Amino acid sequence: MNETVKSLSARLAAGSVSAVELAQDYLARIRAANPVLNAFVELNEERTLADARAADALRAEGRAGVLTGVPIAHKDIFCQTGWHARCGSKMLESFAAPYDATLIARSRDAGLVTLGRTNMDEFAMGSSNESSHYGPVRNPWAHDAVPGGSSGGSAAAVAAGLAPAASGTDTGGSIRQPAAFCGITGIKPTYGIVSRWGMIAYASSLDQGGPMAHTAEDCALLLNAFAGFDEGDSTSLQRPAEDYTRSLAAPLAGLKIGVPKEFFGEGMSDDVRAAVNAALATFRTLGASTVEVSLPRAGYAVPAYYVIAPAEASSNLSRFDGVRYGYRAPEYGDLADMYAKSRAQGFGEEVKRRILIGTYVLSHGYYDAYYLQAQKVRRLIADDYAAAFAQCDLIIGPTTPTVAYGLGEKTDDPLSMYLGDIYTTSVNLAGLPGMSIPCGFGAGGLPVGLQIVGNYFSEARMLGAAHQFQQATDWHLRRPKE
Amino acid sequence: MSRSNWEVVIGLETHAQLNTASKIFSGSSTAFGAAPNVQASVVDLALPGALPVMNRAAVDRAIRFGLAIGAEVAPRSVFARKNYFYPDLPKGYQISQYELPVVQGGALTIRVGDGDKAYEKVVRLTRAHLEEDAGKSLHEDFHGMSGIDLNRAGTPLLEIVSEPDMTSSAEAVAYARALHALVRWIDICDGNMQEGSFRCDANVSVRRPGEPLGTRREIKNLNSFRFMQQAIDFEIQWQIEQIEDGHKIQQATVLFDPDSGETRMMRSKEDAHDYRYFPDPDLPPLVIAADWVEQVRASMPELPVALSARLQAECGLSPYDANGLTASREMAQYYLDALAVAGAAQAKPLANWVMGELAARLNREERDIADSPVSPVQLAGLVARIADNTISNSIAKKVFEALWSGEGQSADAIIEAQGLKQVTDASAIEPIIDEVLAANPKSVEEFRAGKEKAFNALVGQVMKASKGKASPAQVNELLRRKLEG
Repeated sequence: MNETVKSLSARLAAGSVSAVELAQDYLARIRAANPVLNAFVELNEERTLADARAADALRAEGRAGVLTGVPIAHKDIFCQTGWHARCGSKMLESFAAPYDATLIARSRDAGLVTLGRTNMDEFAMGSSNESSHYGPVRNPWAHDAVPGGSSGGSAAAVAAGLAPAASGTDTGGSIRQPAAFCGITGIKPTYGIVSRWGMIAYASSLDQGGPMAHTAEDCALLLNAFAGFDEGDSTSLQRPAEDYTRSLAAPLAGLKIGVPKEFFGEGMSDDVRAAVNAALATFRTLGASTVEVSLPRAGYAVPAYYVIAPAEASSNLSRFDGVRYGYRAPEYGDLADMYAKSRAQGFGEEVKRRILIGTYVLSHGYYDAYYLQAQKVRRLIADDYAAAFAQCDLIIGPTTPTVAYGLGEKTDDPLSMYLGDIYTTSVNLAGLPGMSIPCGFGAGGLPVGLQIVGNYFSEARMLGAAHQFQQATDWHLRRPKE
Repeated sequence: MSRSNWEVVIGLETHAQLNTASKIFSGSSTAFGAAPNVQASVVDLALPGALPVMNRAAVDRAIRFGLAIGAEVAPRSVFARKNYFYPDLPKGYQISQYELPVVQGGALTIRVGDGDKAYEKVVRLTRAHLEEDAGKSLHEDFHGMSGIDLNRAGTPLLEIVSEPDMTSSAEAVAYARALHALVRWIDICDGNMQEGSFRCDANVSVRRPGEPLGTRREIKNLNSFRFMQQAIDFEIQWQIEQIEDGHKIQQATVLFDPDSGETRMMRSKEDAHDYRYFPDPDLPPLVIAADWVEQVRASMPELPVALSARLQAECGLSPYDANGLTASREMAQYYLDALAVAGAAQAKPLANWVMGELAARLNREERDIADSPVSPVQLAGLVARIADNTISNSIAKKVFEALWSGEGQSADAIIEAQGLKQVTDASAIEPIIDEVLAANPKSVEEFRAGKEKAFNALVGQVMKASKGKASPAQVNELLRRKLEG
């Protein structure tokens, strides 16, 4: 199945397929492949078909939009009525939200049909999808490799053709890194573009939802649906609506691409380097120029990120206390014991590790040295990007230092897993938009991702550059063997 | 044991519940007394993914307070998370303000004591910040378990922190009363202490004069002025005794038990939480532009201090009267309404009536001046009849009682109906005097022997015989003429 959102939209508009038929096709594919891939953690055929019938009815009434009837998979982090929102955790095994996240409501308003809920690292903490309570996801390109994380289920579902598109969230690379590992396209918009209402918080100042699909054009169509001001999220930005497809056709002549020298240093594997350099050459043949830029403090992004994100997480996850909803230990003594046992049993190792780190860095006597210092570094990293964008329009480099690694390979070495985020975390710290597009294959025939970072609110331009690249290349059209 | 060798240092932290219709970060109602948890939205329940949105009305009230105490309204303040676990704290943190509060500085002038010993004092304020209230834990009727009611969770509070400027329980109570009056005056808090809308924590320490500050203990949740006085007095005595017995005071949080009249330790400093404050990433800094402050300023009522000064300047009231009348907005409004009818010439007698007879009567029946049975217009009518000698002061009290019990619509109607008009006609009074003199030869004799007291007794007899209607001045004059003539 080589369908894109764009092509499905056209077929639906032409009447050559109905939303119900499409949904049934995809559900059949999911049923066949999911026992191995484990990309979906919840399916509900009745609800999916009800969505599809509603979409067909809208079309019959002549009220269909461009996305009406197109299927989508939603990351298990978004609250959605009628579905569980388990967030990859035992803590929320029994939780079903009584309300819709804004991204979900906007998807529904656009007529998208929910195929199911995708697997993810527990509370979005992880880069390999191995911290999920519901088991790891397998990379469709090599079943012994990780799909990346935390939006690993979404990436694998799209890559395997189990969904033409999926929602994801990105706190330190959780859309871009799995997109890179699975050979698909994903964009994390400027912080504040997509509402966080109903998106279960990991690190509030970094979390941002966004689309994952095969092509930049599909991502632009989906971002049109997802983005927009929401008064329910105080960090949502009040800006005029934009059409993110508006620059898709713009030629790249005159485009200045900054290549950050720090992203091509030690730690970058040769296969990734070769693919990224080839992609930069392609951009030049399309009329863009490249210029070396420097992000001197980018090297501090990972440590700063692993102070700030756990700090916020330690507080955000305090609400999971066994009192009102979620997991409560079956046996406990007093109140403190109830908290301790419920949280010890309800959270997995990686979540507990980050809660401990976060609690530590916010503690009296350590706050200035860790949290405050990390916030200063964060500001300097944003300053670095601002200086770089004075010299170029977009910054392009690798999304990850290596292609997908093996399942279980890094689970005992969290630090080495954290270092896999070296190219992505700085983008979240600065609040900038970033995307990953497929740009080749490396070791083991696994996909390589190219990261495109834009200045604030330059999503349309980034998507345009990616689209032009995808018009000239076919990496995004490659599919794993079924 | 002498207290004179000790100095007392008290600072107060007050939580004033802001009278907004909805909560500080959600749209839920703040009404008191609803069934448990019916006023708890997904935000108040802290469901996953729920986010706070600042209620502008709560900020309006914080600005009002800042302007009322002459503080700086911070152009940029920051919400912070105060992290701790408790079942009635649904998010596991309270959204409050820590390093950058919305109101900074300011001062409140208080009056301490009564009569000749009364004095004024300026208490400096440190800050006031916005925060959300927690829910309630209910420990009864749940068969060994606890119930949680989150209706109150997210109710807006203004925490008002004073400098440690108070030196006695009387000053602390005077400050709390002045603050209570002020928040009600500017209409940001209903001041209902029984429902917990206004509650104080008192930080108390003692030291010998000239020494550095002693270690403080904090008395939590004082929800009546009487308890505050008792608790602080007990605490002061306890601390002095401890030190004089050679013990050191340990920093602690204590609770006051009204039944025993004692304070008891709730937790020591060692048990203190590390709240891990940090700026709330869900809420951008609160930015208050100058025009927002000006908008609020334009809607401010005349403040008690200004009104008091105006009453002194325009109506010649004494500071005592003017401050007394401006002790609450309701009393001030009552007085101003009455004054508008009676006229400035009656300012002083009207003040006496409002703070004297009316206040006492209201107090006796535990009624608020806002629903006084005697309206401002009625009281003004009564004072006018005293001024024009239609009735005497003592008859006026009768008329006041009649107005109170609704026997007539106005003082005039009651005077007319009950024939209470003062008798000033000498030809009507003289026969009464003659009768009294004839019936009291002993008093007459005593007066002539030089006893002035006997004269007063005779006046009293005449007044009584006239059923109080005779003009006392007239009686005096006629009686003296008869006795000396």
